[in-house]
Amino acid sequence: MDAVGLHLNIDYVGSSGVILSPELKAGLQTSLVILQNENKFDRVYFWGKIMGVKDDYYIAQGVYRDEFGGRRTFYSKDCIRWGLLPPATAAMREKSKLAKGRFTGDPSYEYEHTTVKKVGEGEEATEEEETITIKEEDRLSSVIQEIEEDVRIVPRGAFIKTPTGEVISNRSFDGLTVSESAKLCNYMHFREPVVLTQKSLLQRANLDKAIDFMDSLEEDIPRGSWALQFERGSGLVVLRSLLWQGYVFYHVPGTRCSGSVYFGNGEKNLDLPFML
Amino acid sequence: MSAAESQPEAPSNPDLNLTPKEQEFMKAKSYLLTASTNTGLNLYDHLSLVLTRVLDERPENVVDIFEDKGEGEEEEAAGDEEVETPLPNLMELCFYFEQASIGLNREEMIRVWLALKNLVDNHPLQHVRFWGKLLEEQEEDDTPKPEFKPPPVTPKEDNRTGANKKVYFVCNDPGKVWVKLPPVTPAQIVSARKIKKFFTGRLDAPVVAYPPFPGNETNYLRAQIARISAARDHFVNNLDFEGIPVRDLTDPTLSNWVHHVQHILPQGRCSWWNPEPDEPEPEVGPPLLTPLAEDEEVNNMPPWTAQMSSNLIPQYAIAVMHSNLWPGAHAFGFEKKFENVYVGSGHKYSMENYTPPAPPPIMEEFPSGPEITEAEDPSPEEEAALRAAQQEAAEAAEEMEDAEEEDEEDD
Repeated sequence: MDAVGLHLNIDYVGSSGVILSPELKAGLQTSLVILQNENKFDRVYFWGKIMGVKDDYYIAQGVYRDEFGGRRTFYSKDCIRWGLLPPATAAMREKSKLAKGRFTGDPSYEYEHTTVKKVGEGEEATEEEETITIKEEDRLSSVIQEIEEDVRIVPRGAFIKTPTGEVISNRSFDGLTVSESAKLCNYMHFREPVVLTQKSLLQRANLDKAIDFMDSLEEDIPRGSWALQFERGSGLVVLRSLLWQGYVFYHVPGTRCSGSVYFGNGEKNLDLPFML
Repeated sequence: MSAAESQPEAPSNPDLNLTPKEQEFMKAKSYLLTASTNTGLNLYDHLSLVLTRVLDERPENVVDIFEDKGEGEEEEAAGDEEVETPLPNLMELCFYFEQASIGLNREEMIRVWLALKNLVDNHPLQHVRFWGKLLEEQEEDDTPKPEFKPPPVTPKEDNRTGANKKVYFVCNDPGKVWVKLPPVTPAQIVSARKIKKFFTGRLDAPVVAYPPFPGNETNYLRAQIARISAARDHFVNNLDFEGIPVRDLTDPTLSNWVHHVQHILPQGRCSWWNPEPDEPEPEVGPPLLTPLAEDEEVNNMPPWTAQMSSNLIPQYAIAVMHSNLWPGAHAFGFEKKFENVYVGSGHKYSMENYTPPAPPPIMEEFPSGPEITEAEDPSPEEEAALRAAQQEAAEAAEEMEDAEEEDEEDD
């Protein structure tokens, strides 16, 4: 969700239980501007909140001209002081999948995961316990990246890819119409394409290279992992992810106004296939 | 709500050999019992109420004042409302919810408030509360519900107690028709504990799950509400009720918060029901108003997280409670005010992934016993060996006898 006009835009997702108290709003209005100036970002996004047992993390992101690359993530506990989150490496993400349970709210907390390994062969095999420690800060960074890859979405056409490969917001985007916004194929995953590259040339023949450079939501597995609802008549469309419960996307049809926010536990809903 | 539902089945049952007169009577009665689409009341109950009152009070010249009696009933109801409206001050609560970053946004709250007003106007309710909102899977909209204590009429059997103490109304969108949820049965609560499904938003949708759920989405919704309410609703505990300082309310020991809704036993009821008279082991839940501090831990974390709404201005902060067991259940407490709200998908938190229970073992066709167990026929060699063994044994026995006789002779 764009930091500019956050106090207005947060109301669009209020019906999903996403509420910021006036104190937090006031804090964000000031601190995000300072964050943007200090780091010379082109844009700052309020990303959401990950709720821990003792404390919550508020997340913000800053981007330069290219929206895809060079994204930097910050976290804060009071919406005033922001700390830079280290980018998640592949090893970190692999490790943090082992951490189970809720976030605690203490970035220096260490999760312990014990695996039993067999050493040796045959009758000489002995069991050895191997303990892996996972720092909560690393887990936070990994989970944020995972949520971005799995569920971060934008309306189709809101971003374009320039011939130089940069992804920038589309100035001529005028919003989806009401009938368009009811279809999942008009929303795109805001990430490097995964499904698109596996499609045959014939399937890609009708795509617009500048706009359709991302995967659409229609091919998401399992089918039905998005809850699409209209509110205020047809004045607002809200998409909630059932895979990452707490991820809410909104779009006002016919305007450029769209955004998304994550207010949740930071745990993936692995029970989804049973629940549909 | 529709008239068709409240008609007894008698007229459509020609098997009962009723005389035409009796059939006419049944038809007339069912017509009188037809509930109004606006208020949910019916003429039959109203008339019986008026007649009871006439017989109780025995006024003179009844016929002259009979018309007034009927009106009196209505006026009384209206008069009560003016004195003390059952409608909660939702905007005031919304203010506190907003301080605590929980609940819904203000516009939505106003819409819910108006919807609640509509509900109060059309139903004779004593007390109404906004319960919360369940987020749903499909295009149909969300579900706010109020909760109300029923009017002081004679309690029907199992209603008004335990898990059915309160009656719940739901609607998909504030402004649409409020639908009354049916009372919950123990079987439904027990079954709801074993499944995990998203709500679709259609109350008549079937719940396709294993183990099979007895009922449709209406019943599942009601069962989940009962479970959440039992776990979530609490009360500020103070004899004088002077209000507790916020610092004490956010005390991590949680001893100042207590449950005010009865615990639901594993059986699915709040009060133990003995299935067999000679079974003396009742399931006992924690008593009412148990401090939250005595709640079980959820996967090594406290069941409730207490926070202050503001760390910058702690003098005026309010106490906020977040449930870790039912993510989405929140409460605030400030001086004498407190309220609970639920905004979530209606599922319990568990660290382990959900595993549907295994299907029951295959039933046995016969009880296994010696009579029906097949034994292998002995081979000729085995028979011969057995015969030889028997012969040997017999000889040995004879020898033993001889030996014994000899012993006796020796003595």
